Amino acid sequence: MKLNERSVAHYATCDSPADHAGFLRKRVERHHHHAHHHGTSYQRRWFVLKGNLLFYFEERESREPVGLVVLEGCTVELCEAAEEFAFAIRFDDAGARAYVLVADGQAAMEAWVKALSRASFDYMRLVVRELEKQLEEACKSLAACRKSPRRSSSSSGRKRHLSNPALQPLQEKPTTLENGYSTWNSGGCVAGGASYTDHEGGQTKPPPLPPRRRSAAGSATGSPAPGLSPALLESPVSPETICFSKLHNWYGQEIAVLRREWQERQKRGHP
Amino acid sequence: MRYNERELLSLARQPAEKAAEIRMSVPKKGSVLKKRLVKLVVNFLFYFRTDEAEPIGALLLEHCKITKEEDNVFSISFIEEPERKYCFECATEEQCQEWVEALKRASYEFLRRSLIFYRNEIQKMTGKDPLEQYGISEEARFQLGAHRQ
Repeated sequence: MKLNERSVAHYATCDSPADHAGFLRKRVERHHHHAHHHGTSYQRRWFVLKGNLLFYFEERESREPVGLVVLEGCTVELCEAAEEFAFAIRFDDAGARAYVLVADGQAAMEAWVKALSRASFDYMRLVVRELEKQLEEACKSLAACRKSPRRSSSSSGRKRHLSNPALQPLQEKPTTLENGYSTWNSGGCVAGGASYTDHEGGQTKPPPLPPRRRSAAGSATGSPAPGLSPALLESPVSPETICFSKLHNWYGQEIAVLRREWQERQKRGHP
Repeated sequence: MRYNERELLSLARQPAEKAAEIRMSVPKKGSVLKKRLVKLVVNFLFYFRTDEAEPIGALLLEHCKITKEEDNVFSISFIEEPERKYCFECATEEQCQEWVEALKRASYEFLRRSLIFYRNEIQKMTGKDPLEQYGISEEARFQLGAHRQ
């Protein structure tokens, strides 16, 4: 099967930031033609994780990766190897080899396992959908606020809420969001004073990993890969998923209306 | 460059986000449009001969440009080789538009940007970081402004 390898290699080495990178020792897999093992050996490689792709290079400065592991559908497990700080990337397929990797220490190993477990496209999509929903709900409750009866005491509270810099008309528009050609103006996104305080700790849990992709039941040998088979374990991109320039406009209108109303109330004095 | 072809082939058999028979050409001299089964799965576009179970090829859809060309036609090219185009001739203009939209959203990079966008919007509206509850707010890939170096 052909792959657009040149482009893939370019993606590996271009300056788009990696999600994780570092040295790992990779176990060399040998073919066991004979009864006895030839002993395990490891090669030190520079690993770079970008999205759901794990690249490895001979050296940190190498211009091209020597290899790639497509991570979709994998599991990452700690490993019973003779080596300390070893973990393995495994796939569902019975005959598939595992990639056994060894980190420099406990912290490095944990960081890699964490990063790799959440590297799948499926996982990312799950989180994005979840946030999409949350944003919708945040907007709905904002609209509900608008409709509820007002009293002077609560109106001042609401006024403060509406004058929150968060509700400035949304200026930052992602214009063309093509893959890698985004003209997104990320500089404008940060609201004044927005701080991402992190209260990590306690019983926070990441969203559950989506079920691993398994071969579609219908893909019997000999039949051409069918089209949209009903997804048993996960749904394809929902037709309701709006591209977010549309979403942007929708929210922008809501907020513009709110602002106008608030400004009018200001002029009239508080009801 | 070595890669785990077996897993990629397995991925090609998964339920697709989108699949259709579309006439396609590759950026090679003398290449003509041929009917192919084209299948979008996560950030890969697989293409098959219509009567075969295994794909002829796969395109990783990162750092690519999806262009609406003339009637019913769109193309995919990659950032470092913009003249080399994979062309797709759809049955209808509508189908063409659908594919263009779907492919533009098909990259991991796009998802990442969406996530950062929603995170930021929710934070602005509610004052809370929605990723905190998942314990992933510190991860590099979700940081605003961490990219586009």
